[in-house]
Formats: sequence, structure tokens, C-alpha cells
Amino acid sequence: MSRRRFLAATGAVSLGAALAACSGDGGSGGSSSAKPVSQADMDKAMKTPTELTFWTWVPDIQQEVALFEKKYPAIKVKVVNAGQGVAHYTKLRTALKAGNGAPDVTQIEYQAIPTFTITDSLLNLAPYGASALKDQFVDWTWGQVSGPGGEVWAIPQDTGPMGMLYRKDIFDKHGIQVPRTWDEFAAAARGLHKADPKVYLTNLAANEPAAWHGLLWQAGGKPYATSGKSTLSISVDDAVSKKLGAYWGGLAKEGVISTDPGWTDGWYAGFNKGKYATWLTAAWGPSFLSGSAKSTAGKWRAAPLPQWDAAKPVSGNWGGSTTAVIKSTKNPIAAAMFAQFLNSDPASAKMFATKQFFFPATKALLADPSFTGDAPAFYGGQKVNQVFADISDTVSTSFQWPPFLDQAATDWTETVGKSLADRSGTVAALGSWQSRLTTYATKQGFTVKGT
Amino acid sequence: MTATTAAYAGKSRRGGPAPRRRSGSAGPLFVAPFLILFLLLFLAPLGYAAYLSLFQQRLVGGTVFVGLDNYVTALGDPQLLHGVGRVALFFLIQVPLMLLLALLFALALDSGLLRLARVIRLGIFVPYAVPGVVATLMWGYLYGPDFGPFAQLSRDLDLPVPHFLSESWMLGSLANIVTWEFAGYNMIILYAALRTIPHELYEAAAVDGAGAWRVAWSIKLPALRPALLLTLLFSVIGSFQLFNEPSLLMKIAPDVISSSYTANLYAYSLAFTGNQLNYAATVSFLLGLVIVIASYAVLLTANRRREK
Repeated sequence: MSRRRFLAATGAVSLGAALAACSGDGGSGGSSSAKPVSQADMDKAMKTPTELTFWTWVPDIQQEVALFEKKYPAIKVKVVNAGQGVAHYTKLRTALKAGNGAPDVTQIEYQAIPTFTITDSLLNLAPYGASALKDQFVDWTWGQVSGPGGEVWAIPQDTGPMGMLYRKDIFDKHGIQVPRTWDEFAAAARGLHKADPKVYLTNLAANEPAAWHGLLWQAGGKPYATSGKSTLSISVDDAVSKKLGAYWGGLAKEGVISTDPGWTDGWYAGFNKGKYATWLTAAWGPSFLSGSAKSTAGKWRAAPLPQWDAAKPVSGNWGGSTTAVIKSTKNPIAAAMFAQFLNSDPASAKMFATKQFFFPATKALLADPSFTGDAPAFYGGQKVNQVFADISDTVSTSFQWPPFLDQAATDWTETVGKSLADRSGTVAALGSWQSRLTTYATKQGFTVKGT
Repeated sequence: MTATTAAYAGKSRRGGPAPRRRSGSAGPLFVAPFLILFLLLFLAPLGYAAYLSLFQQRLVGGTVFVGLDNYVTALGDPQLLHGVGRVALFFLIQVPLMLLLALLFALALDSGLLRLARVIRLGIFVPYAVPGVVATLMWGYLYGPDFGPFAQLSRDLDLPVPHFLSESWMLGSLANIVTWEFAGYNMIILYAALRTIPHELYEAAAVDGAGAWRVAWSIKLPALRPALLLTLLFSVIGSFQLFNEPSLLMKIAPDVISSSYTANLYAYSLAFTGNQLNYAATVSFLLGLVIVIASYAVLLTANRRREK
């Protein structure tokens, strides 16, 4: 009972906050979190000995954490690796449900933010000065981390604007021009597979919903939209999605692209043995690939994604993550300051780009010649970071994620992904994805608006 | 596992010689450690799961008491029914094969006719010592349709490439992994049971002029009955709780193994993907019930046969 009342109460508060934000009325009833925290309180908290727990899967993040601890010697940060992606979220959700054991600060990907704001698990960082950071970050990343009422749910850390890595040697051998439109891409896929049946122009992994969402993002899809806390529109089978479904489903059915599941032995071997001539990937892809397909060094190049409308180049995002503060933290000030410092301090942000090879989320780094001028030999000396920095500007800012990401992702793999792998109708599969999501959302108490 | 051990513990206590009643205070004290752990680690979670299964927690609207609604939904849930049906089929095909293999190995080892018996015994048992996760990853590589050794070999020989990970082969491929993992384990249980047969019986059989086959059929097999029953019970539980293998192969065959491929996998995805803890508790409870019924059916048929 108490939990139910708790949820109802918080729902009312945030609705109140949203209304207050709309009407411009300052006195947001009962929502203490909307008031800015005073500088005196902040200074005091940052000098009080405190230990923060930080769940993250980022390797060697201790180096960046050390920068923070050097600036604020009273605060100690305990770094815990609780797994990556789904494993991490599962543990986080379990700890949140249990009511203890949750960290103060956590790594969280853009697409997972609404999944944790719907359960009211994240702390709004706006009162802790986070709103002032807005201009430092690439516009679309800020759109991903902020709420409709000006809330700041997380601080962007790295990003994955999507582009295309391609095998220049394979393209040259078969006289393929770098495709600028999806039509050219489809023609190239048919031509290449015909010329060499062992090679596919690309592999669209049948278990990679995130890549699909990125492509949908590029196509201008708006699959999910929430208004308030309980109304949700789901349109994963609207005209844009159907266009995407018909395109990729068609290529898969013709057998001119492969649909091998990603991150498996066969998939890695596929890159090393030249089975795939391109990888439609994100800005973190180049450094990942140079570590995973060493035998193909020097043969790869980077380019923007092919376009639906060549006159208006756009892209989507796949991956990247943020730092968020868990609402139950006993040290909200220190935690919020840590999340901000980690990603906005110039030295710390640069370290992510140079040590972890993260693709930056700050405008300063994307314009920094020492970052964009990097010319790795794996890509034949091409300035790959510059290619993706240019793409980053073309990512649309309005894409939204559903409040139940894991379910949406699993349902995608079992409907749309399956249809790609089985070469059955992908457009029809979009329909079953839509109906599965609608059923789930209705069961979860949402008012669902369809396509 | 816990259920069986508990059932066995209960049974042996009941079956044992009647305790002499002396001072009544020591008895409960001896039983207390077991009882406390049993209550804390078994009955309490079970009760909590039962309690959970009567509610529904929603992202919007919080938790509501729904009575037996979840059970009604589950009994008509095609995903759950398919999952249970699939593991039942798996049980019917895989378990007899595995136990037959284990029995043959055990009899062969016990016959004393094999050279290098120790090496062979260890070799058959080793797969059980390999963690299931590692085993599945290894088999996943072997089954690989592109770069797996079987696929490459058949390509070199211009034979059709076997698609071990396709929809029609998957259950067989899983059965193969599980058999590989557990045949050795069951063999050890059976072999240990064979070693306890008193030597006089063999001598008597030899005097009566029985050959090796006759001895195996008339002495060893009947003596193995309780051990076989035990392995069968373990297999019932293992089959219906099939989880590791499909959950790992899911990554390399996502289009074949869905999140509801087996009932256990379904309960897991409900809880941790769909955030539907209450419904997951319901599904787990029903699955537990299915296992109890299946185990009981096995025991009952075995006992009835013995009475005949």
C-alpha cells in the first residue's frame, strides 16, 4: 500500500512541476528538488568527508575519478563494475526494488534514461547547477538527458552518431562508389553480392535493436512519445518505420545483405575474413573495429551514412552513455557535482577521448584539432574523428526512448529481428512489434495511443 | 534440487528405525539448525513468491492486489505453454538417451574388460566439471554455421552445411550439449551403485553358469534400480529448469531462441526484461508445480512397477 501511495504522490508532484513550468509559475507545489541548492550548502557538502559509490563499466575510469578526488579531497569515489548494459541495468533495478544497495552515481545509456525516470529513480540535477552546462554539450545529447520541465536527468559522457565504415579495397575491386543515398546503397548491395557471393555489402545484425533505432532515428522516425507520466504513443509501424522495414526486409529477403547476430565469434570472423564490406556503426565503431579486426588494418575508411534525402544529410545515434545520480543517494550534492565534473571538466572529458577512446559529447572537444586531427593508420591515415564530428552535428534532436527499453528491445529482436534473419515479411513484423508493445504498455497502466 | 533433498531427508527419516524416546529436549535442538535454515532459505522465499504472485505492479498506477488473476493469465499464456511443452519434449527425448548412455558406460567400466578404465572414466566425467557456461560457448562455436569446424569440413567435402542452430535442429543441438555435460555425472552415480553390489552375488551367478550378459541383466540392472530412479528424478528437474544452455545460445541464434524458449527462461525475462516480477513469480510457481507433478509421476510409476 505504502508503495502505491508513494508512486501516486510522486506522479502528482512531477505533473505539478510540469504544469508549473508551463505556466511560468515559480512556486512548484511541494517539489523541493526544483529549488536551486545554495552555494554555501554546496561548498559545505564538498568539504565534508563523503564516500560515493559509482557503478560503471568504463575501463580504467579510475584515472578520471582521480582528477575529481584531487579537486575535492574530502570526497572518495568507490568504483564498482556491475556489468555492462543489460546486466548492469538488471542489477541496478534489482537494487532499486530492494530499497538498498543501489549506488549513488551510475553509468546509464541515453536510451535507458526514461526507463529509470518513469520509476522516479534518478535525481534531477538542475538544482545542482547542471542546467548551466547545457551549452557545453552537443545539442542532441542535451535533448536526450533533459526532461520536459527543464529537469536534467544525467550528464552526457560519450556519444555514437552513426556513420559507415567501409572496405576501400573491396569497393575498389568491384568499382563501387561510396553510396550517398540508400538507393545507391541497395544497388551496390545487389551488385557486390552478385559479383562475389561470399561478400555482403553489410551485415544488419538481427539481434541489434539499438542499430535499428539509430537507423530509424536517421530516417526521421518518432516511434515513442510520452506526454505526462501515463500517456504514451507507440508508433513503431508508422509510415517511416514501414519504409525502413520494407527497405531492409527487402534486401535481407533478396539475400544481398547478411543478418548474422552481432558480437559473436562468427561476426568477428566476418570482419576479419572480409565477409562484410561495410559496417553501419557509430562513432565508437572505428576504435572498436581497429582492435577487433586487426588483420584488415589499412583497408577501412569512414563515411557518413547513406541518406534518404541527399540534399539534407542527417544521422541518428547508436550508443554512448551518461552519468546519472540515483535519487536515493544520501549525498545528493557530492554525487551531482561528481557527475558534472566527470563529464564537463575539460581535463576529465579529454581523458575519456584519449584514454578510453570515447567519442566526445562536448562541443569543445569536437572542435579541438588535437582530437579531430587524429589520423589512424587502420583507416589509411583518414581523419576519422573529423568525419564523425561532422556527422554529430546532423543528428536530430527530437528522438525519444520508451519508458521500458528492455521490453522494446527484446520484442524487436523477436519480431523484426527474427523477420530479417528468417527472411520473412519485415513490414508485417513491425505490426507484431507494435501490438506486443501496445499490449505490454497497456498492462503496465499506460494510456496508449497507436499509429 | 532443494525440493528433492528435502523430500529425501523426510523420507529417510520416516523410513528409519523408530527412535527410542528418552528426554525430549535434545531432539528439537538437533533438528533446529536444519529447520531454521529450511524455514529461512526455502519456505520463506517460497511463501514470498506465492504472496508476490497475487499482485500486479504497474509502471503507472503502482501495485494492486489481483487475486488469482495472474494464474488465470498464465494458464492461458501461449508463451508459457509452449515453453513447458518444449521442455517436456526435451525431457522425453534427451533423458532416456542420456541415461542409456550413462548406463552403458557404467556397465562397461564395471565389467573390468576395458583397458585404461580410469582414464576413460575420467574422460567421460570431465565434461561435467566444465562449467555449463563454458561448455555452451564451446558448443556454440562448434555449431557455428560459417566458421564452425563442422560447417567448414562439410564445405570442404562439398556436402550440405548442417544448420545446427536452425529452428528444426535447435532442440537436438541443446540435447546434445546437455547429454555431453551430464552423461558422465549420471554414469558416476550408476557406477558407484554398481560397486556396492556384494561380490558373493557374482560368485553365485558364476557357479550357476551365468555369462557376463546374464549377470548384467539379472543382477546389475535390478540392483541399479534405486540409482536409476535418482538420476531420473534429477533429470526431470534439470530438464524442466533448462536455462543456461538456451540462454547462452540465444546470443548466437536470436531468431530461433526467443525469450520464452523454455519456461525458466521465460520467467527470467519476465522478471528482468519486462519488469513483471509478480507475473514471473506466478510462472515460477506454476513451473514448480509442473516439476512436482512430473517427479511424483515418475516415482509413482516406478514404485507401482516394483510392486508388480
